[in-house]
Amino acid sequence: MNPYDLLIAPFTEFEFMRRALAGVFALALGAGPLGAFLMLRRMSLTGDAMAHAILPGAAIGFLFAGLNLYAMTAGGLVAGLVVAIGAGVVARATGMKEDASLAAFYLISLALGVLIVSLKGSNVDLLHVLFGTVLGIDDATLILIASITTLTLVTLAFIWRPLVLECVDPTFLASVSRTGGISHIAFLSLVVMNLVGGFHALGTLLSVGLMMLPAATARFFVRDLTALVMLATFIAFVAGAIGLLVSYHLGTPSGPSIILVAGLAYAGAVIFGPIGGLASRVMPRRHLEA
Amino acid sequence: MSAQISFRNLTLGYERHPAVHHLSGDVGEGALLAVCGSNGAGKSTLLKGICGALKPLGGAIDLHGVSPRDIAYLPQGAEIDRSFPIHVYDMVAMGLWRRAGLFGGIGRADRQRIADAIAAVGLEGFEARPIGTLSGGQMQRTLFARLLLQDARVILLDEPFTALDARTVSDLVDLVRRWHGEKRTVIAVLHDFDLVRANFPETLLLARTPVAWGPTSEALGSENLLKARRMGEAWREDAHACSDAA
Repeated sequence: MNPYDLLIAPFTEFEFMRRALAGVFALALGAGPLGAFLMLRRMSLTGDAMAHAILPGAAIGFLFAGLNLYAMTAGGLVAGLVVAIGAGVVARATGMKEDASLAAFYLISLALGVLIVSLKGSNVDLLHVLFGTVLGIDDATLILIASITTLTLVTLAFIWRPLVLECVDPTFLASVSRTGGISHIAFLSLVVMNLVGGFHALGTLLSVGLMMLPAATARFFVRDLTALVMLATFIAFVAGAIGLLVSYHLGTPSGPSIILVAGLAYAGAVIFGPIGGLASRVMPRRHLEA
Repeated sequence: MSAQISFRNLTLGYERHPAVHHLSGDVGEGALLAVCGSNGAGKSTLLKGICGALKPLGGAIDLHGVSPRDIAYLPQGAEIDRSFPIHVYDMVAMGLWRRAGLFGGIGRADRQRIADAIAAVGLEGFEARPIGTLSGGQMQRTLFARLLLQDARVILLDEPFTALDARTVSDLVDLVRRWHGEKRTVIAVLHDFDLVRANFPETLLLARTPVAWGPTSEALGSENLLKARRMGEAWREDAHACSDAA
């Protein structure tokens, strides 16, 4: 098989592949910066919890309208925001740590979601909700994902400075501005929206993978925030494209294929990454003069 | 010297437990005040109260028209995430927040001010260094450069010279003296009594409640220090409501 058939032909010959590629590229644009900030704010597992949390909303949408894009999106958004805000309110009102209250909320949410889906749908439907159908992205889904990405990038431009300040020096931010709380809520809302956009393509369980794995990979290569965000987005792009090709040629499910490609990149970074990678520790290079 | 900050029977604390208890007094405009006391004496809590990060449990802080925007606060280093991928230049540029806000651009004049602030603390050539690679002294110089850019009327410093070498301390003390010369009000939490005696004309000695407040030589007299040591920490789960509470 020549390189054209291997890398290009699947996209030129099949419209569903082009849609899938456009979908994962749009998702990657939002997932790159959000994943970087989730990691830097030590909220990597929060993203995972939120991904589980949107399940019951999507399931209720599914219960009432079947595999309807808008019903499931609205349900997922409401469930995700309820869990994010509810966990935050419980944490602040009771003194319980936010990770513990979030864990409680998302576990209840996940159990509820699986229960609702299994009450009505078949196992195939449940698999659709859990793992997505990136090769079945239609125009409406593509527009939804692109809209969420656009909103994400615009909102991030508004809250970029307070987000950075709250990560690096929250006390300083509190002393010069009251935007910390608002930007935190806006950021969580963006995470929920992107997870909801992502679950149509990758499913609720895997959508967070496109955020976290590229960001964690990029951290092994760069020390600068802008570079981190750009590299994470690029890795998400590449993982999306290669994952789709793997899925096409090997007949594997597309969502897991994309995330596993990102996982391979992460494993490579853990071993060979110049900043803190295992190889750089085991085989240190000669020290510098200054 | 007119009062710039007044404490009126001020109590600050956490979960109803006072960390600063019934403090009253005035900090004059342009004062150079050291706040001393053992660990848990309420020193950092007092600074958080002044900058508005902590609301009083009782009493009040009167800033006499000083806007919170005119207060610059240097927290203890431990509260900064040194692993965050940000460079010295951007860290210092944060000092322009009040002017630039969410969207304001950083123009040529601002870039010159940032360069001047970095030069003033002796960090030329460090602009592109990630903060995670700085020594403790270099990090503190970076934070002082950020304070310079804030151009505030009131400057609050929480243990600014802890674990720094003598040269760095000397350089940073010179900056503090410069601010004092510019009639800015400086309040610093400090543990080094020799440094306080040499550079700070006025001292508040805290042991949760105020032990002494006045000229440094008197406030840090042996009798007051002994009294402060005896008072110690007083957090008790079974404490009753304070009878002096308003």
